[in-house]
Amino acid sequence: MDEDIKKIVLDYVIEEYLEDEDEKITYDTPLISGGIVDSFSMVSLKRFLEKKYQISIPDDEATPEAFDSVNSITELVEKYIKED
Amino acid sequence: MSFSEKTRNIYNQQINEIKEGGLFKQERFIHSPQDANIEVEFPEGSRLKNVINMCSNNYLGLSSHPDVLKAAHEGLDRRGYGMSSVRFICGTQDIHHELEKKVTEFLDTEDTILFPSCMDANAGVFEAILTDEDVMISDRLVHASIIDGIRLCSAEHDTFKHSNMDHLEKKLQLHEDKRLKMVITDGVFSMDGDTAHLDEMAALCEKYDAMLFVDDSHASGFIGKTGRGTHEKYGVMDKVDIITTTFGKALGGASGGCVSGRKQLVEMCRQKARPYLFSNTIAPVVVSGVVKVLDILSKTTERRDKLEKNADYWRKGLTEAGFILKEGDTPIVPVMLFNANLAQNFSKDLYEEGIYAIGFFFPVVPKGQARIRTQISAGHEIHHLDAALEAFVKVGRKYDILGKTKQEIIEKYGM
Repeated sequence: MDEDIKKIVLDYVIEEYLEDEDEKITYDTPLISGGIVDSFSMVSLKRFLEKKYQISIPDDEATPEAFDSVNSITELVEKYIKED
Repeated sequence: MSFSEKTRNIYNQQINEIKEGGLFKQERFIHSPQDANIEVEFPEGSRLKNVINMCSNNYLGLSSHPDVLKAAHEGLDRRGYGMSSVRFICGTQDIHHELEKKVTEFLDTEDTILFPSCMDANAGVFEAILTDEDVMISDRLVHASIIDGIRLCSAEHDTFKHSNMDHLEKKLQLHEDKRLKMVITDGVFSMDGDTAHLDEMAALCEKYDAMLFVDDSHASGFIGKTGRGTHEKYGVMDKVDIITTTFGKALGGASGGCVSGRKQLVEMCRQKARPYLFSNTIAPVVVSGVVKVLDILSKTTERRDKLEKNADYWRKGLTEAGFILKEGDTPIVPVMLFNANLAQNFSKDLYEEGIYAIGFFFPVVPKGQARIRTQISAGHEIHHLDAALEAFVKVGRKYDILGKTKQEIIEKYGM
């Protein structure tokens, strides 16, 4: 897995969603099922990734499961980078 | 029988889960008109108890005002009880139109449309004015009814961190390519009692060509120098494109709501908003009451001035007694207890002392942020507030939290 992408996604999630500086997350932390990211707020994450990597993630692939951890998000991004 | 044993068990299980999660809501029966003092039956079947109400949205004390009651009686006599029709068939009376004009004048907007409630206004407005080419960018703490309206609308939705203008600006940049952009916020946030910085938000909206939407349900009638709302407080009366508000709180407290703002947006609601199209509007008796309320508030600021003084007095009293409050300058004064059980027990003990104030905890507020939310009214006299303060201090001493820091309270009771 591309370490650069993972780091960029992790930094974005921390900056975008964590309100408390003491809160820590890792590449495997459940984001949506863990209540850190609500499914509403996934939209900006999807849009950020699409703009950053010049890809288009279809809505039916942008599921709460696919967006549930930094690792799974990175997998999804890599899939579409390759397809392009 | 379609309501089988299996079906019944599924629901029983869900209800039990709500109870076990400590989230089961129970009504308390009030046997008197809404006021500073009320007669309460709780639990069901128990003797009536006279308590001081510290948790109603009756901010201006108009819910049982004699002039409002008189106007409502006259409305009932002159325009009848019900309309038995939606607005655009045969459910619009002259007084509905009169109220819409009065609200427009009061809020200093271009036009207004009534809805059965503000919940309905928020549920219907976004779908009526935005499409899938557009984006809605909302504060993360907006009211549940706005969330529902957003869910019903096909426009893309994004959020910004509560009252964080840098984050809002980033989101406006991220969505710059959208056809229409709408920034959405509450004027006064009901759980914390803080206000949206509408001056900064209006400036950002101008910079990025976005519309500004404000739900002023906890503001209309008393926030701002003449009580017009949060847009008056921040000096942006002409820069808010849509205000939704309720007549179920400060403005008489009965029911009903509205969308007020740019002419074109109100017209789109009149053509397309489903709660307006497919439901009766506000009953004539209530319309007549609200018209009177707006007349009273347009003549004098006496009631909102008294409310402001009462709220200052209450905040000062609690602070001097050693309670931790959420900072703010509205009549919503949250007393922070942090722990959910403590908030529940505190509320029960207050009730024993004759004070009606409710504890709020997760998921209504974030974990570790449990509180008693108090709401002050112009219907309160100083003796009400002094009696309430005495009870708060007594219960505060019992739990030994007076003068303690957040850390000390959490160490004693947990998060």
